[in-house]
Amino acid sequence: MQHKVIDTKDVVIRFAGDSGDGMQLTGSLFADMSAIYGNELSTFPDYPAEIRAPHGTVSGVSGFQVHIGSADVNTPGDFCDLLVAMNPAALKANAKWCKPTAMILVDGDAFDEAGMKKAGFKTEDPFTELHVEDRTLLVASITSLTEESLKDFGMDSKAVHKCKNMFTLGMACYIYSRPLEYIYQYLERKFSKKHPEMIEPNKKVLNDGFNYAANVQAIPNTYTVAPAKLKKGTYRNMTGNQATAWGLLAASEKSSLPLFCGSYPITPATAILEELAIHKSLGAKTLQAEDEIAGICTAIGAAFAGNLAVTTTSGPGLSLKSEALGLAVMAELPLVVVDVQRGGPSTGLPTKTEQTDLGQALYGRNGECPIPIVAAHSPANCFDAAFNAAKIALEHMTPVILLSEGFLGNGSEPWRIPSMADYPEIKPPFVDGVLSEGERYYPFQRDPETFVRRWALPGQKGFEHRVGGLEKTHEGVLSTDPANHAMMVAERAAKVQKIADFIPALDVDGPASGKLLVVGWGGTYGHILSAVHELREAGKDVSFAHFDYILPLPKNTAEVFSHFEKVIVCELNSGQFVNYLRGVYPQFDYLQFNKVQGQPFLVSELVSAINEAL
Amino acid sequence: MAYLTFKDFKSDQEVRWCPGCGDHAVLAALQRALPKVSQALNYEKERYVVVSGIGCSSRLPYYMDTYGFHSIHGRATAISTGIKVANPTLTVWQACGDGDALAIGGNHFIHAIRRNIDINIMLFNNQIYGLTKGQYSPTSKFGAITKTSPYGTVEHPFNPGSLVLGAKGTFFARSLDVELKLNEEIMTAAALHDGCSVMEFLTNCVIFNDGAHKSLSDPALRADNTIVLRQGEKMIFGKNKDKGLVYDGKKLRVVRIGEGGFTEEDILVHDAHKDNISIHMALADMKGPDYPVALGVIRDVKDITYDDGVRDQVKDVMVKSKIHSMDELLHSGSTWEVE
Repeated sequence: MQHKVIDTKDVVIRFAGDSGDGMQLTGSLFADMSAIYGNELSTFPDYPAEIRAPHGTVSGVSGFQVHIGSADVNTPGDFCDLLVAMNPAALKANAKWCKPTAMILVDGDAFDEAGMKKAGFKTEDPFTELHVEDRTLLVASITSLTEESLKDFGMDSKAVHKCKNMFTLGMACYIYSRPLEYIYQYLERKFSKKHPEMIEPNKKVLNDGFNYAANVQAIPNTYTVAPAKLKKGTYRNMTGNQATAWGLLAASEKSSLPLFCGSYPITPATAILEELAIHKSLGAKTLQAEDEIAGICTAIGAAFAGNLAVTTTSGPGLSLKSEALGLAVMAELPLVVVDVQRGGPSTGLPTKTEQTDLGQALYGRNGECPIPIVAAHSPANCFDAAFNAAKIALEHMTPVILLSEGFLGNGSEPWRIPSMADYPEIKPPFVDGVLSEGERYYPFQRDPETFVRRWALPGQKGFEHRVGGLEKTHEGVLSTDPANHAMMVAERAAKVQKIADFIPALDVDGPASGKLLVVGWGGTYGHILSAVHELREAGKDVSFAHFDYILPLPKNTAEVFSHFEKVIVCELNSGQFVNYLRGVYPQFDYLQFNKVQGQPFLVSELVSAINEAL
Repeated sequence: MAYLTFKDFKSDQEVRWCPGCGDHAVLAALQRALPKVSQALNYEKERYVVVSGIGCSSRLPYYMDTYGFHSIHGRATAISTGIKVANPTLTVWQACGDGDALAIGGNHFIHAIRRNIDINIMLFNNQIYGLTKGQYSPTSKFGAITKTSPYGTVEHPFNPGSLVLGAKGTFFARSLDVELKLNEEIMTAAALHDGCSVMEFLTNCVIFNDGAHKSLSDPALRADNTIVLRQGEKMIFGKNKDKGLVYDGKKLRVVRIGEGGFTEEDILVHDAHKDNISIHMALADMKGPDYPVALGVIRDVKDITYDDGVRDQVKDVMVKSKIHSMDELLHSGSTWEVE
């Protein structure tokens, strides 16, 4: 067989196995290595809610998709070029994600009678049964080859089997011409302290996997993916949750206020709390609360005392925090609430991604209770989104909801490290230190331009005042006066709307006028961008506007919309943003494209939906 | 520093509790205790933050001329916790009712005690929901007839003292609304205690549960039905100071001094600072008709506080870590250069 090395623009690899097979690690290592190699990349973990779901079953399959390329990688990719399936269930769950030209690598040892039965195959030929028999099939006895590779190490079989993923990774590295050095270094770092005896076995299996792939003569072609032409600078890989945590820490530094995070663990937001808990050296205090309500209430207390207060959660937790959010609105205290959205309602699909909490963020409280909403649009962008959310909260004395998504929080991409010198200072409206003789501090007196109240902190002499959930006058006195209530309701709403003077205008990707404007918000950015670029390259008259700010909307929103014949809003829910736009700007007709499957958009389905709208 | 007086702690807001409500007396005791606390600990007035949830007693922050936060039902303890962790130099006082702290806010209540966060919780226990006009609470007596239990409740009440000590509380005191002087003493002791101090005040709701604590507060009955515990003093009570508590190895017993071979020598001496919790539990659990109800500081022991722990850990990590700025964090760990 003639072996060819093919240079390709991008490839998508999907690692799938039992949830204990280490596929998340394998995928992340492949991604990190590719990032250092200089590729653009985007990752997407797709894993079950259970830590160790029933072994060998389809519901227990854990997947990690990584898309690497030499240019324009905006998404983790719709379909894969290589599917690694560590058992029959993984093949069954993921065969549908294979391109017609894909390679499928399976551990042949796992395809025994028991494994096939557990995965629910009805015939003896899983490939034909799944209609992928025409793909390039690589059946390698990964389990027994790993056992053979480690036979001289005297390890027990459990420890040996844990190294299977390295054999697989070694094979993938051969197929995509990846150097192994980075993984060697990783293994040394990971095991040097606690399990130095694991370094050599893992290295050996990795190497044997690589050599096996090179020698087996079953792999028709190998591929190279050239480094991307990236802007000069220092880069690192960031997940969205890590970027969110760091963006909040950056806001703490730029406001000179200590960060306080009161949170309760919840998938897929927990990593933010975990990340903040590490960085005590930057003054961050984290409190793992007894419940979601205590998470937000400790944060509100910390805000009253003058910290940059944060609580992190997902949809069900946001529901529990609703009443306290109202308190923060009423007390006009700065607070950042991060909602890493997941499939709902109720417990829903905890590990899957959706944009279905927008309605809750906009309307999910009693009374007239507006809260600014910021949305992150990519894993690395979570840093700026979190920073901006905190800046708005602190400078406008209001809770802010930052909407992230499971897809963003768990996904990762390389990020050119910014310099903090390029970020603005954050200046909360603190009172001047001393009151002049006879002067009194009235907590709800407002700035005439921004309607923002002044912030006095407990401990400041002479500024003693009371805040709380009851309606008050500007002076802070309880009041049920009808006119006062109407005024305060209007002022709280106006304060939020006036934030529009401080946020960037809505940008258009593509011509500023034309036939169709595609509108998105949040984590769909990369998919929509890829779809729109594909269509424009095919000569279609399509532009794209993506919203990072949901409430208030950018001031030029109506102006942007007015230059297009049609507007189509694409989102991962049944139409929550489009219905909001219909309410705010009823003068436009909106088309919509929605998906509520717990999965990101596919670029291909966006392309056909947009084509249909044209 | 000029000494503060009770007037310094009175706000200009009209007190709107019902005439005869027990909350008036607790407020007055607080306004008298805080100047003493300020003097003892050298606290300025601006260091005080008074926090509350929802209910009649939770209006208290409006009547104190201090920083105040009237929050939402049940959540005062969580708000107080956040304030104290954010700024440990503040001294946090919390007013909450039996429904507020033990029903809707029960979770925050026990966890604040477990963490031993340095806040002072004043639990106004009138055994009824007053602000919603007379429904039974988690401390209403079994069989209590209220608006939502017209045929009597069929559930047992909490004894707040048992709950606090069960959660390994480091400070618990109990008193009656009418015991102005004792209340000042208790509040001062709570302020001096580092950790979560819970003070239960048995208050009278004149409208919906009048006389709930009559057997304790009635001057004719008080001496025989209550015992005031003071550090280092014998546990003696009764109109004639002739009754006392002894421990028979298994449980507390009420004895008459001079009867059954018991002399004053045999009577227990109160030690609130003793780490062993079992006697404190037994004292907190006492109730009529067999026992007097214990008043005063029942338990006051030292332990590490949550707020100190958080602060010290941050300091410790700051010293040990190499990362002291965002720029350093951003460039830490695995990075690579693109030329």
